[in-house]
Amino acid sequence: MPVSSASVQVLGTASTADAALTTFPRLLLHHAAVRGARPAMREKDLGIWQTYSWAQVLDQVRALAGGLAAMGFRRGDNLAIIGENRPRLYWALTAAQSLGGVPVPLYQDAVAQEMVFVFQNADIRFAIAEDQEQVDKMLEIQPQCPALRHIVFDDPRGMRKYHQPAVTSFDRLLELGRQFNQDHPGYVEDAIAEGRPTDMAALFFTSGTTGLPKGVVLTHQAMIATGRTYCEFERLGENEELLAYLPMAWIGQNLFSYTQSMVAGFCVSCPESSDTVMIDMREIGPTYYFAPPRVLEGLLTTVMIRMEDAIGLKRRAFHAFMALARRVGSRVLDGGESVGLLDRLAYRLGDLLVYGPLRNSLGMSRVKVAYTAGEAIGPDLFVFYRAIGINLKQLYGQTETTVYVCVQRNGAVKPDTVGPPLPGVEIRLTDDGEILVKTPGLFEGYYRNDEATREAKDAEGWFHTGDAGFFDADGHLKIIDRAKDVGRLVNGTLFAPKYLENKLKFFPSIKEAVAFGDGRDHATAMINIDVEAVGDWAERRNLGYSGYTDLAAKAEVAALVRGCIEQVNLDLAFDPRLAGSQIHRFVILHKELDADDGELTRTRKVRRRIIADKYARIVEALYGADPTVQVEAQVKFEDGRSGTIRADLRITDARVYTPEEAAQLTRKAA
Amino acid sequence: MSAASVPADPGSSAAVPAPGRRIGDVILAVENISLAFGGVQALADISFDVREHEVRAIIGPNGAGKSSLLNVINGVYHPQQGTIMFMGEKRHQMNPHKVASQGVARTFQNIALFKGMSVLDNLMAGRNLLMKTGILQQALYWGATQREELAHRRRVEEIIDFLEIQAIRKTPVGRLPYGLQKRVELGRALAAEPRLLLLDEPMAGMNVEEKQDMCRFVLDLNEEFGTTIVLIEHDMGVVMDISDRVVVLDYGRKIGDGLPDEVRSNQAVIDAYLGVKH
Repeated sequence: MPVSSASVQVLGTASTADAALTTFPRLLLHHAAVRGARPAMREKDLGIWQTYSWAQVLDQVRALAGGLAAMGFRRGDNLAIIGENRPRLYWALTAAQSLGGVPVPLYQDAVAQEMVFVFQNADIRFAIAEDQEQVDKMLEIQPQCPALRHIVFDDPRGMRKYHQPAVTSFDRLLELGRQFNQDHPGYVEDAIAEGRPTDMAALFFTSGTTGLPKGVVLTHQAMIATGRTYCEFERLGENEELLAYLPMAWIGQNLFSYTQSMVAGFCVSCPESSDTVMIDMREIGPTYYFAPPRVLEGLLTTVMIRMEDAIGLKRRAFHAFMALARRVGSRVLDGGESVGLLDRLAYRLGDLLVYGPLRNSLGMSRVKVAYTAGEAIGPDLFVFYRAIGINLKQLYGQTETTVYVCVQRNGAVKPDTVGPPLPGVEIRLTDDGEILVKTPGLFEGYYRNDEATREAKDAEGWFHTGDAGFFDADGHLKIIDRAKDVGRLVNGTLFAPKYLENKLKFFPSIKEAVAFGDGRDHATAMINIDVEAVGDWAERRNLGYSGYTDLAAKAEVAALVRGCIEQVNLDLAFDPRLAGSQIHRFVILHKELDADDGELTRTRKVRRRIIADKYARIVEALYGADPTVQVEAQVKFEDGRSGTIRADLRITDARVYTPEEAAQLTRKAA
Repeated sequence: MSAASVPADPGSSAAVPAPGRRIGDVILAVENISLAFGGVQALADISFDVREHEVRAIIGPNGAGKSSLLNVINGVYHPQQGTIMFMGEKRHQMNPHKVASQGVARTFQNIALFKGMSVLDNLMAGRNLLMKTGILQQALYWGATQREELAHRRRVEEIIDFLEIQAIRKTPVGRLPYGLQKRVELGRALAAEPRLLLLDEPMAGMNVEEKQDMCRFVLDLNEEFGTTIVLIEHDMGVVMDISDRVVVLDYGRKIGDGLPDEVRSNQAVIDAYLGVKH
């Protein structure tokens, strides 16, 4: 880039002082000057990893910013970004920020109508879409969002016939930009110099478990401060490797693969497609990994199924070494003072035979630190990863706090807490257990929604998280549930539905569970089986089935699930605070809960109230005496059509235990 | 702002006719074909043509002679009567190897892939006819062979990208579910860079979602690469949606030919599908 190198030099030297690295575009200029030849991003294209250096990224961002400017993108404009993790979409983030605009990443699997609100709310005039699918959505909502004038697409496949004046290809945009930059030398650089740390850096629309989405306004200052503290806390440098595979619209993905990469200067790789993440993980070997519990759960289920398919010797070795790992693995990871010599040797052998190969096939051989967050993680699931030597830790935070509230420290990791508050973060608990937070990474407010802002952020600047929790003896924060979801049974026993659901979901057969019990005599549950795991189980028993609904209706499957529930009840019986919330009856749902039907959020969290409403008849039947309930459900298919499913659902009773019975049973088993 | 920019298409590096789709001249004409196996008259006096860049469907009830007709075009069966004109050359019968080298590729009703080989290797095998270097050179993998192999691999990767099968690139075909095997088979046919692609029931045995995917691929490849497609299909909805013209066969005879709407309202066709005594 002969034209631009001079200005890079000037800005680069000017900004080497940390104080000047206050906006994302300035960070990019800094990296292009300091480590211009080092890899900034990678993408697998036609089966080969293509690397882009920081200098190349700067060149692309500059052209892109020029192109946007040529099309009329001005300071304060919002740029919608919709698609999977692609380098060009990441560059669009920086390009918009360079011009003083605000990128608004959107969930790529949202249906068109779900996007209308965001486009209207943020007056979006420009959109960058990954491919034809996303462009079609933009064109569909354009009549409702007249402000939307420019739609830029990255992947040209299938786009030949699109001659709408609003639609432009990414390559054309870059061409326009290079022309513009030639005609207006210094324009983009001046715009970057004008940017202030207190400018809005991005707008994240929360998936909203209730009501309309809200746009969370985060400044450059808040995001960069957060990214920097994290990097210092975990000692992340320019040599980290990260695979970006979660939705760009999710704050966590942005923090890890954009903010922190920009702060520390490490390389981010984009998978070839969403189906190849596992393969790409193995090839990249990330040193830094993030996965919501759901992904970890999916991986574990796959491992367990594959182990069941392995030959007897391997299967037995796996189970024997896993038992050892569960006992001592987590302690070995934390330094291992209390582990005996024999166990330590056995663990070493297990590492050679089982844990090492397992880490390798999960693509986690090089992982220095792995995080999980998003929702509470089942203790058994959490311990599994730590047991095989992956430094998995929990962190806690929200979009409104740029994630960052609590992180577990190396050597002080507990499965049921999220760790102590991080440097610079203050936490206060209200009388009914709600967690309030103050942090440098706190949001400015909700976009054009002062009422919601006032509700969430009080006059003293405390953010009301809506989560319920308490500090344990070591000062670690323990989250039990959403504050509004924690209830009580009629007899006053504490009922934390999420706690029960997580326990249920650890069983590979159970994919999703919804527990009921607030204001009732006892707890009950709705279950979604995991069609892959249970299907495999059914095949081994020569049980034929035609699909989810058929499989879910089998008496054998009900018996399998009953076993899981009774196991949970047995565990609960030991905890005096929760023994009363054992599950008395359950039903296996005839369909899988789905974000398209509004039952889950786009991040796949259960929308408890909507489910309780929608399946009111089933809930009543769970508290009735009948052994079956007839249901009829509207389903939306992926092509947008809707249809009806009718079925008779079996309601099954599960055994509950008194503490004495539980103790007796455990003694017998031992 | 001009939106008419024609982006560099990742799949169009090979010789592809006009971009997009303009239905052109007749490239295949079947004239008065009759085929009998002993006393069974499989095809009787069939004539129809296929134009460049179009999607031409052959439909009909079971045993109507659809696959036989495809096999005649393909050169597997030799008709007793009639001629076939392909790309201006008139012949009494075709020869599979020659047909293939002239740019006709096909998929089969029962998948014909090397089950023990990976998806990638199957697709590479599909390019066999396009490989110029000899077996000895290939064994040495040097110079021209290496360059050729790289070029072929690139083309195959473009097909993998087109069909969205990156995740199974290295999976042995036998381990894949049926719907994906069908997709791989389409890829294997595409690897030969055909001008004319014969698809024998590409959607048989698929669920709705897989059918939708397959329809999209058929339309996309017709759209993007301009490949002429002749397809046999049972699902009337699919046929009516994606084809430009439809030939209808019943008991070896042609009972209809025309646009989907014309065929749909043709009494003989309705009778054949609803079952009227012959």
